[in-house]
Amino acid sequence: MSVAAFYVGRSRSIALVGGPKHGTELHSLPGYYGYFTAIWCLLPALAVLLAWVLLEPRVVVAMVIQGLPAEQQALSPGELDLLINNIQNLAAGDAVSGTVDAVLSDAAQRFLALTALSRRILAILTLGLGGLGAAIAWRRIRPDLRARNRVEQIVLLMLIAASSIAIFTTVGIVLSVLFEAIRFFQQVPVTEFLFGLNWSPQTAIRADQVGSSGSFGAVPLFTGTLLITAIAMFVAVPVGLMTAIYLAEYSSHRVRSIAKPLLEVLAGIPTVVYGFFAALTVAPWVRRTGESLGLEVASESALAAGLVMGIMIIPLVSSLSDDAINAVPSAMRDGALGLGSTRSETMTRVILPAALPGIVGGVLLAVSRAIGETMIVVMAAGLAANLTANPFEAVTTVTVQIVTLLVGDQEFDSAKTLAAFALGLMLFVVTLILNVFGLSVVRKYREQYD
Amino acid sequence: MNESRNTLQKVEAGLPGRRRRETMFKLAGLLATTVGIVFLGVFFADLIAKGSSAFVQTQVRLDVEFDAQVIAPGGEMDIAYADFDGLVRASLRGVFPDVSGRNERRELYRLVSVGAGYQLRDMIVADPNLLGTTQAIWVPAASTVDMYVKGNIDASLDESLRPLSDAQIAWVDALRAAGNLQTQFNSALFSNGDSRDPELAGIRGALMGSFYMLIVTVMLAFPIGVAAAIYLEEFAPRNRWSDLIEVNINNLAAVPSIVFGLLGLAVFINWVALPRSAPLVGGLVLSLLTLPVIIIASRAAIKAVPPSIREAALGLGASQMQVVFHHVLPLALPGMLTGTIIGMSRALGESAPLLMIGMVAFIVDVPGGFSDPATALPVQIYLWADSPERAFAERTSAAIIVLLGFLLVMNLAAVIIRKRMERKW
Repeated sequence: MSVAAFYVGRSRSIALVGGPKHGTELHSLPGYYGYFTAIWCLLPALAVLLAWVLLEPRVVVAMVIQGLPAEQQALSPGELDLLINNIQNLAAGDAVSGTVDAVLSDAAQRFLALTALSRRILAILTLGLGGLGAAIAWRRIRPDLRARNRVEQIVLLMLIAASSIAIFTTVGIVLSVLFEAIRFFQQVPVTEFLFGLNWSPQTAIRADQVGSSGSFGAVPLFTGTLLITAIAMFVAVPVGLMTAIYLAEYSSHRVRSIAKPLLEVLAGIPTVVYGFFAALTVAPWVRRTGESLGLEVASESALAAGLVMGIMIIPLVSSLSDDAINAVPSAMRDGALGLGSTRSETMTRVILPAALPGIVGGVLLAVSRAIGETMIVVMAAGLAANLTANPFEAVTTVTVQIVTLLVGDQEFDSAKTLAAFALGLMLFVVTLILNVFGLSVVRKYREQYD
Repeated sequence: MNESRNTLQKVEAGLPGRRRRETMFKLAGLLATTVGIVFLGVFFADLIAKGSSAFVQTQVRLDVEFDAQVIAPGGEMDIAYADFDGLVRASLRGVFPDVSGRNERRELYRLVSVGAGYQLRDMIVADPNLLGTTQAIWVPAASTVDMYVKGNIDASLDESLRPLSDAQIAWVDALRAAGNLQTQFNSALFSNGDSRDPELAGIRGALMGSFYMLIVTVMLAFPIGVAAAIYLEEFAPRNRWSDLIEVNINNLAAVPSIVFGLLGLAVFINWVALPRSAPLVGGLVLSLLTLPVIIIASRAAIKAVPPSIREAALGLGASQMQVVFHHVLPLALPGMLTGTIIGMSRALGESAPLLMIGMVAFIVDVPGGFSDPATALPVQIYLWADSPERAFAERTSAAIIVLLGFLLVMNLAAVIIRKRMERKW
């Protein structure tokens, strides 16, 4: 329809000045008059369509509820939800829980009728609005209409809207996590969450249940996360750094051009694949090796998860260190070499100290990545919240707990589910701080030598 | 003179040690580089060793009599209630007539997959003329038999330690000796949805789920990402607001993906009340996740277009907008496409946020639209990796190989686009 409007608008603009030969009498190119008409046709209709689609289910449900007998309108929200669900299922012809009585099938009939009605109104409304918009635009086309400027203004508005989505995403993350976390902290005090030593997020179904009071002390989760992150960093930082040094300083061009893409492949492997590898190959290997050395190793040891995570992070560390090393002015390097130091001395005494801020920034980003990593730990680390620093024992992490608390169907008002959002808030805040800090260090440092 | 010789001597005395340290340092660097590459090698070798056997599946040949008495008792075909499993059992009894006793027979029946009955049903539906005839058909073997044939079950172990009994192993050996056992390409892996039975489980449903999600992601993230990049690079005034947007985008690129999952759960599912487990929601979350990647890549691509082009167009009387859409955008498009493909490959491998929005459900049906319950390929890998059956470990590796294959193709495409369209200014 708006495509048609485009051609209508364009041809009208041409016709107004008396044919294509007089095109120069128009303010803008004829195409812009076409776009102008098309936008008038499309935008209002689209806005209505979107609003309608978002609001329709609620309005229809509200109207169905209005039509129910009084005693059912007085039900609690939960029961009402169930009832509506049943009505919808009945309308869709699916299986229904409970008995189908006259009231229910009546309501289903009405639901169907209302939905059909709403569809019809929507179709008429959007088509009408489109036509109306196009007509208005058509009437407004004159040779002196500044169509190009109008169109460009609207396009610019769209561009601005697109770039604000990034802001909205952040705001959305903060608000959604924060709201649920506040609801959690209304049930569980913040101090218990931050400093409690015991994590067992079971809430009782019956009041007399054994172990009914869940405890939400998140310290074991934080230590577990830190333990696995530390192991990962223990692998990733030396290996990544030495790799960057070797590739920047020693390797021939050919080796570099082969080794670099190969290491980049490590960064491209999905984390679920690392998790599978950690759980099925590395963890049994760690266990066997540990046992042959006479050590007691849990089958879901922190070591296995940490090792694999470290390998995953190697490319990140090495590419950021590579940037930092390459940003050091070559005059410094040449000067040190000219004074007779060996290459390793140049590296450790001149280049690395100079590149240190950049490298530290990179490591911070790597730490944030390790803390937020989910799939590897979900698959290879344990669920038991042990407060330990022993890498051979099973520990659990913040991300593992978020996943275990939220996977499956849960009610949205139990402390158990809300705890996941509180953990998410912690995760977001900590990684945000690390990222902002790391990024600003990396950027500042890059500018310093530019 | 004496002094300088002393210095020289000092330097020379230190030289062997310094050279040694130099060699050590270089070796350490070499070692570090090889660690990564060796891991990659071990990883792929392990994966292929585990997964390649999942591409074939053991089949058993049975002579099945399509008994009219069973399928169409009263002359009428009653597909829903006909006992096709019974037909399979009867033909198994025909192969081993001397098996008697309830328990032994039950063990015998377990050699063949429960999917065999469905296969018979589909055959008779497709061709009703089979009624009353006896056909030699290949049906999938049970996963335990499959594992034994592939050499993953050690027959020398004690009977209680392996999933197949002595008698079952003897039967399988007999079938094999008679040529009634073969392994062939495992088409079920690519044509079926998920299943509790490894021999029937396939990745089709997960692939379609991932496909629908990526469609949503690309439809949303590409235009929005490119538009945002154009605005930030070409139109945005240098002020607080655009600084804020910029810092924001860089941070979003580093936010843990699971946090995006929390956002999706709280906003799209609880607030907007979109259906759980739907590719639509997954696509929305993934597009938010890939948006920063696309914006950053697109901005780099726009930056790479030399200012002389803009100035030339402006000089000829083009408006800002015309300069961007007629000149800058076409030149920057290859770079933007590369960035988008890389973002998509990241989205394809992402699983943590999908766990949050309920895409971990056990879903047998292949999704047919954007709001059908679905799962994604990486999530399927996660689900299978958790299954205890030996045969699922094999299938997980196979699914991983398929996933990595897709990622490889996408990244190669990105590299090719970059090579083909790259311009030197």
